[in-house]
Amino acid sequence: MKNYDKLISDLVPKKFGKLGVIWTSSLLVIIIIGIVAYIDQLIKGQVVTNMRDYALWGIYISNFVFFVATSFVGSVTVAILRLTHNEWRTPIVRIAEIITLAAIVMAGITIMIDMARPDRLLNLFIHARLQSPITWDVIIIPTSIAISFLLLYFPLIPDLAILKDHFKDESPFLSKWYGKLSLNWTGSKAQKAIQTKSIQIIALMIIPISLILQTVDAWLFSTTYRIGWDSTNMGAYFISGAFVAGIGALITVIYVVRRVYKLENYITEFHFDKLGKLLVLACLTYLYFNINEYLIPVFTAKKGELEHLDVLFTGHYAFLFWFVIIGGLIIPSIVLLFKKGRKPLPMFIIGLVVVIASWWKRYLIVTPTLLHPFMPIQGVPESWHHYFPSIHEWLITLATLAMALLIITMLVRYLPVIPIQKTADEQELLKNVKNTKS
Amino acid sequence: MKNNKTNSRRKFLDNGLKISLVTAISGLGLSKLASKLNAQTENNSSGKMELMTTDGTIIQVDSSEVMEMDNSKKHEDYNIREGMPNRKFVMVIDLAKCKNALKCQTACNKHHYITGDNAWLKIYKMQESLDTAPYWMPTTCMHCDHPACVTVCPVDATFKRKDGLVLIDNERCIGCRFCMAACPYSTRVFNWSEPNQGEITMNMEMEHKTSNKSVEHAGLPSIKGTVDKCDFCPHAIKENELPHCVSACPNGVFYFGDKYEDTVTNGDETLRFSKLLKDKAGYRIMEGLGTEPSVYYLPPTDRLVNFEDGLKDYNEFQSVEKPE
Repeated sequence: MKNYDKLISDLVPKKFGKLGVIWTSSLLVIIIIGIVAYIDQLIKGQVVTNMRDYALWGIYISNFVFFVATSFVGSVTVAILRLTHNEWRTPIVRIAEIITLAAIVMAGITIMIDMARPDRLLNLFIHARLQSPITWDVIIIPTSIAISFLLLYFPLIPDLAILKDHFKDESPFLSKWYGKLSLNWTGSKAQKAIQTKSIQIIALMIIPISLILQTVDAWLFSTTYRIGWDSTNMGAYFISGAFVAGIGALITVIYVVRRVYKLENYITEFHFDKLGKLLVLACLTYLYFNINEYLIPVFTAKKGELEHLDVLFTGHYAFLFWFVIIGGLIIPSIVLLFKKGRKPLPMFIIGLVVVIASWWKRYLIVTPTLLHPFMPIQGVPESWHHYFPSIHEWLITLATLAMALLIITMLVRYLPVIPIQKTADEQELLKNVKNTKS
Repeated sequence: MKNNKTNSRRKFLDNGLKISLVTAISGLGLSKLASKLNAQTENNSSGKMELMTTDGTIIQVDSSEVMEMDNSKKHEDYNIREGMPNRKFVMVIDLAKCKNALKCQTACNKHHYITGDNAWLKIYKMQESLDTAPYWMPTTCMHCDHPACVTVCPVDATFKRKDGLVLIDNERCIGCRFCMAACPYSTRVFNWSEPNQGEITMNMEMEHKTSNKSVEHAGLPSIKGTVDKCDFCPHAIKENELPHCVSACPNGVFYFGDKYEDTVTNGDETLRFSKLLKDKAGYRIMEGLGTEPSVYYLPPTDRLVNFEDGLKDYNEFQSVEKPE
């Protein structure tokens, strides 16, 4: 009994301290600034960006690809670890589900920011053509949002019932809402059977759906003739890249949540150790596809291809390119091979670097290719030969990132970040409770 | 007595009616006969006609055998998305003649009211390698038969017509710019801001709304947040005129025509399309991609003009003269 109560009081969502309030309000400020910038973009047109006829896509698109990639984490940790019976996953799945939902929702919003005519959004449905990869995106992104939501929601139902009881006196308002969302969960055998089955189905569904999502995203690029995009490698390359970005984001968020909520007893060094190994696997897989993508073409490089690779290896983008490859993939793989490297703090730092490198990686996929078209760039102002995001683009992009963090923050604030019921079941605490009761 | 009188009157009326009916009928018959005879004499008097067959030989045909068919050149009414029936437009650009006079570009900009920094028609300064000769290469939209831009458009805003043209519906475009990424010829331009075509826009809009028949006339106003590109001037073709770049070129670089008719013209001379390509080794840009462009190039051999002559007009940065 005591144990069970302690478990609940440890794991229920708690009010933010001062730091939490500062964090949330600064996110809000960034978002408001971004919305103002976006309204300005709507009024003046996309001329406020630094995109032009050659660099026709910019950080809106690379940021979109980043969000899509990050959303892959739910599929990897929740579904794959579940299907492979990795029981250590319990304390981290909820956070993974939250990140997935936040990322995929933001992906949907970000792609609309890139549309120059968002007022004609409905045309995507009215005049939809199935042969366009954008239509595939229109189909798969809402599907992913729905599935990601259910993946978060179904396992949450028993916990919501617990929260309803817990907050009965403390906050009747919250309790009422938890109660409504818990769909009259009593924990009966029949309910449990339905719930287990539903979770199993969703976990099975999210794997193909997120694989399709990542691949469609890759096909946005590889269905064009452009050098650097026109590659059969793209689908698998994007999936493995998403693996890296997702696990990186998960480690970073878990570390912060663990510290803030003081969950050291639940998310232990053992979990970081496991996650570290998973990240090494991800980095090495991604490295493999990077070699396929960048090193092998050197051997048969046609003129245009060589020019493109030169820009990445030694040219204008060399610094970013090597930061991503060395800082974002090679160093993490090496550090994480050692047991000391898989302690929480070094893992947090590595996770953060991996996420930042993942973000820039998408920038490197989108931008240099566009600036090396088949025809020479002529007859346009000098500034059109280059691309670096404008202030509007930065403000709007930062706002989307802040929005993703705000969604994560809000869900972490109001939902138990570690599944209470499942943890209790695993520790067989409930059994004891029942025994003492009867 | 009274009876008799009325009887005779009735008889008279009856007969009169019959007679008049007979004369009317015979008159009709006579006039028909006469008109037929007339027609025969007319035909006989005009004799033989000279005609050209599709393979180019001249034959003589009795003019009585000649009948007027639907004139395929009249395009009063056709579906804008289907295009002009039974036509297939092609362009041939003779690089040997181009000396970067830029008149094509100026005319194009003017007639399409282009206000952006990137012209639809470009003249590239080309040199394949250090050892090969430099040349000037005007490019329009290639109006590909396998257009990559059309394939990727999510809303069917850019479309391929049966007459070969690839056009854009600016009222439908959502501004995703995927078509621009897909086009290997970098031919598409974007309205990043309000095009500001001024009073012209108003006039064009009026015209566009009153004559519902033609979406196709010069510079249907550009719209903010949508894609534009060379349209092969369907508004001109429709009036049996040449695209503006063709008629503006002082050097006769551009030839325009119909592949089905196998003729192209630059305004001065009309040539057989297939023969021209064979004689002068015509080719298309990036044939290897399989996009099947409708624009053919003749290599810059036996040039009539010096490459260097064009350098004085060459300007790296600003390609569009803003309309006043």
